[in-house]
This record gives sequence, structure tokens and C-alpha cells, in this order.
Amino acid sequence: MEITLNNRIETFDADEMTVSELLEIKKFTFKMLIVKINNQLVKREDFSHSVIKDGDIVMVLHLISGG
Amino acid sequence: MTFNEIRSILTTKTVGIAGAGGLGSNCASALVRVGIGKIIIADFDIIEESNLNRQFYFKSQIGMKKAIAIKENLLLINPDAQIETHDTFLTPENIPEIFNNCDVIVEAFDKAEQKQMLIETVLSVWPEKPLVIGLGMAGFGDSNNIKMHREGNLFICGDELSEISDLNPPIAPRVGMVANMQANTVLEILLN
Repeated sequence: MEITLNNRIETFDADEMTVSELLEIKKFTFKMLIVKINNQLVKREDFSHSVIKDGDIVMVLHLISGG
Repeated sequence: MTFNEIRSILTTKTVGIAGAGGLGSNCASALVRVGIGKIIIADFDIIEESNLNRQFYFKSQIGMKKAIAIKENLLLINPDAQIETHDTFLTPENIPEIFNNCDVIVEAFDKAEQKQMLIETVLSVWPEKPLVIGLGMAGFGDSNNIKMHREGNLFICGDELSEISDLNPPIAPRVGMVANMQANTVLEILLN
């Protein structure tokens, strides 16, 4: 499948994957993340069962301290 | 737009600011100067000496609650400004009540955990409400990497990279740049 991840096109072998699987494949190991699929928030507790499909637009924002 | 035209629109608007530290205190000061109708600020913290390298407070205010001191300072800029402060620790339970009437919310926390909590709460409770967050402002220099980018109704201000640490502290110039970029983004949202 082909998705847009943080404004870049990315291709994966799988037809679909969960948010947790995507984070693992991309080695996004940050503890503090905000994930949106097609502009809809995915809460942290839903990462393991929210599914990303072909054509989805995904944002993974790494939250860092400072303010 | 003339300043009077800008002001006449802004005077009808309410902006919520979550946190009155480096981002929140400076963002609020810019928003009061341009005449936002009402500003709602929440912070539970007390002013410490180490805050004075970037936050809009004064030496004589060390030990004061930020919720009290920020109101005092903003009213010095404009005694007629409507400033509502909450001396409270923001949680998913009280955020919906405190910021319910805001046209825009500004995330102005320090810790990543708190940023995460606020963003998740705001995006779940009000999926359509604009939220302006500060992300990445530690250290000095590197001005050109501070930017704003938009993801739906989430507006992200900062370099998105520089995390604070002992060797990369948050200090006035870059924190002020991001705080003012957040205020500028609020105006862009409210005036367009």
C-alpha cells in the first residue's frame, strides 16, 4: 500500500497495518506522539487496533519538551 | 487592514492559553497589546528565579502564583483588558469547562507529557477548534528553522527538533520567537 506519512509518500508491502505496526516499522520510538489519520486524532490507547489503509494521510508528530 | 479594523474584529474574540510560562506569558502579552476581547489563562505554578530568563514576570514577583502575576502584568499593559485566570493544574476533566468558549486555544506547556494530554483532549472534545502549539525552541541562533506548519486545525509553531536539556536550555529570544509566532498564528486564524 501507499500512504502519505508526514507529507511524504511511503510504500509498504502490507495491504494495511495498525498504527503500532507503523510506528515499529518506522522506528518511531518516541514516547510522546500525536497521530492523526486523515485528519482524525488517534488516541494512544487505540494505536494497537487503529488500521491504516492504502491512500491514507498519516501524521505522526513527535512531542518534545520546552516552553 | 488598519489597526482599528484589526482591533474591532479581535475585540469580539476569546483566546485560551494553557500554561503561563515562557510561551504562555509572552503570547498573552502580544495578544493583550493587539486587543483580543478576552484571554483565559490557566497555570498552577509559582514564579521562580530561573523563570526570569524567558518569562514575562519580574524579580519582585518571585514566589507569586503565575495565575495572579500574569493578570497583574497584562493589566499594566491594558487596564481594560478582560483576563480570566485559573490557578489550576489542567487535566482532561477540567479543560473542556475552562476553555469551552474560546475561539482558539494556545498550547503553552513546558513538558511533552502535558502537551500530549492537552492536544489529545482538545482534538477529541472539539475536533473543529483551532489549536496552536509550540514545539521546539531550545537554545539560541538557528532562527530560520523556526516555522509554522498546519495539520488540519492543528497549527504547529517551532523548529520541531530542539528539545530542552541542561546543555540546550530554553532562553528568552527563541522562546519569545515561538510565543510570538503562536500569537501571530492566532491573529491569522481570527482575522481570515
